[in-house]
Amino acid sequence: MTDTTAAPGAASIPGDVTAERNRATTARRFRPNGSAIVMGLYLLFLMLPIYWLLNMSLKTNAEILGTFSLWPRDVTFENYVTILTDASWYMGYVNSLIYVVLNTVISLAVALPAAYAFSRYSFVGDKHLFFWLLTNRMAPPAVFALPFFQLYSSVGLFDTHIAVALAHCLFNVPLAVWILEGFMRGVPKEIDETAYIDGYSFGRFFVRIFMPLISSGIGVAAFFCFMFSWVELLLSRTLTSVDAKPIAATMTRTVGAAGIDWGVLAAAGVLTIIPGALVIYFVRNYIAKGFALGRV
Amino acid sequence: MTLTLENVSKVVGSDTHIHPTDLRLEPGTMNVLLGPTLSGKTSLMRLMAGLDQPSTGRILWQGDDVTGMRVQDRKVAMVYQQFINYPSMTVYDNIASPMRLLGLDRAEIDRKVRETADLMKLSPLLDRKPLELSGGQQQRCALARALVKNAGLVLLDEPLANLDYKLREELRAEIPRIFEDSGAIFVYATTEPEEALLLGGHCATLWEGRVTQFGPTPVVYRQPADMTTARVFSDPPMNFLSVEKRGERLHFGDGQSVPAGSLVAGLNDGGYIAGFRPNHLEIDAQDGAMTFETTLTVTEITGSETFVHLDHHGERWVGLVHGVRSLTPGQTLTVHLDPSHVYLFETSGALKQPAPYSEAA
Repeated sequence: MTDTTAAPGAASIPGDVTAERNRATTARRFRPNGSAIVMGLYLLFLMLPIYWLLNMSLKTNAEILGTFSLWPRDVTFENYVTILTDASWYMGYVNSLIYVVLNTVISLAVALPAAYAFSRYSFVGDKHLFFWLLTNRMAPPAVFALPFFQLYSSVGLFDTHIAVALAHCLFNVPLAVWILEGFMRGVPKEIDETAYIDGYSFGRFFVRIFMPLISSGIGVAAFFCFMFSWVELLLSRTLTSVDAKPIAATMTRTVGAAGIDWGVLAAAGVLTIIPGALVIYFVRNYIAKGFALGRV
Repeated sequence: MTLTLENVSKVVGSDTHIHPTDLRLEPGTMNVLLGPTLSGKTSLMRLMAGLDQPSTGRILWQGDDVTGMRVQDRKVAMVYQQFINYPSMTVYDNIASPMRLLGLDRAEIDRKVRETADLMKLSPLLDRKPLELSGGQQQRCALARALVKNAGLVLLDEPLANLDYKLREELRAEIPRIFEDSGAIFVYATTEPEEALLLGGHCATLWEGRVTQFGPTPVVYRQPADMTTARVFSDPPMNFLSVEKRGERLHFGDGQSVPAGSLVAGLNDGGYIAGFRPNHLEIDAQDGAMTFETTLTVTEITGSETFVHLDHHGERWVGLVHGVRSLTPGQTLTVHLDPSHVYLFETSGALKQPAPYSEAA
């Protein structure tokens, strides 16, 4: 800042420009207070595991096990190279992405009309059915692992992507219906009627007029489907063995003859976080409304 | 192009929204549905539009039965009280959308959109989204969309109710002019008697799901068929007084009577209900007027006029008198009423004899 005050020509600017600058600098200087410290500590605790994961992924196994270091002494990308070149690793990501995307598409395709029906029509038992949908989310996936395993094995769906995608619909469809219904309820019914009067058929109205209106809701619902399907381990591990083995399962089974490969596991962990972070970026403004199931 | 409702009714669950109704709307006419909130204006409109199916009866369009026809296939346009546009489209696309669905060619659509936008004073706003417009502009956009479609039946459901006073007056003057040339049937729902009179045309008064009277607006206003119609088509509502005609006098209350002279000539002796509009009550003495002793309960000063709420032996009356009066609530007030402004109804409610002034006009 001293450079600025002494800048040539500064004195010729009318008014006391430099004094203004100095005041502003003082105000901006960080003065720790109680809430900043609490917030700082909270962020530290929050970020520490993620930092440690990143830290580990850039170290060699020898360093991880041998010394305690806050940052990698000897930065190596060897762990990432291993994952991105070894099919048994990167296919885990491919498999996961396939069934997650499949699940998101199926969930939305089913939930959009269902949510529209719940938001626009009243029929016998609609409220009970609507609530019952949500209770599906309350059962632990372990409950359904056994029936799914037996069912899919007997119809030849075991170890396929669609099997996992369908299994995840069990809890993602109700969630998507609830979120979308909340967003749809915010759209006045008169818009539907105006569109019909104007001559729109139902399908055309739904795609051309209605979906743009609830696009943020669709984005949020897609994000939640993506997220829950991406992090779900139990069903995806139970229903797959080789061909559709998800990354989370790969990670839990990596105990080699030489013990656990810490560095590669950490690198896999870092890569697992990335898709979620990417997706959340696009819906960041609507997440709060999504968590409230669209009812804000 | 005529729209005919034959014995149309709408029952939802145990509620009767519309009692059986017969209506015939002629082409190129403005038809006002007048009634208080929940009187069935919107229900009736939704039946006309085909958005709801009638529980009984038939709806005929140019003589063809269109009951149960998909709303997409009916040549109707509708504007709601809320400003309903397609928020994700620009104003231009909003106005163009009904024509695009009809499959008109691009140049034709462009010409009509610009023409209508000019008429509705939307030309500088064509590239905006509806939510970036003011309320009046949004509603003009909705009206433009209803207009370009060239529909034979245009339904306007309290289109001005959500607008501020000034805009409402401006658009109210524009609407009949804009739609005049189209030759379509207009149906305009409103809760305000004044608005119905300003729009002219025909008027149907609604009360609790029943059309109580349908006819040219001034006729309905001047010669209401019954007490309900008179009450609906008067703001504040018409005042009523139970009277007993004996000879040349009208007796009422406990023993009071007024000479009625020519008003009751030719009527049988018996019980009637006299009705008169608030603006016909006068505080200043008049020649040949009937006089009533009342107690003043509330006064409301609107600026150039004063509303007086009166208690006449337990009956509540409202008077609208010119000028600002300094009156004290609780005082007794003598009010005067010219007999030529008095309607006489049967005790059943049907009109026995319209006020003499209304027949002269």
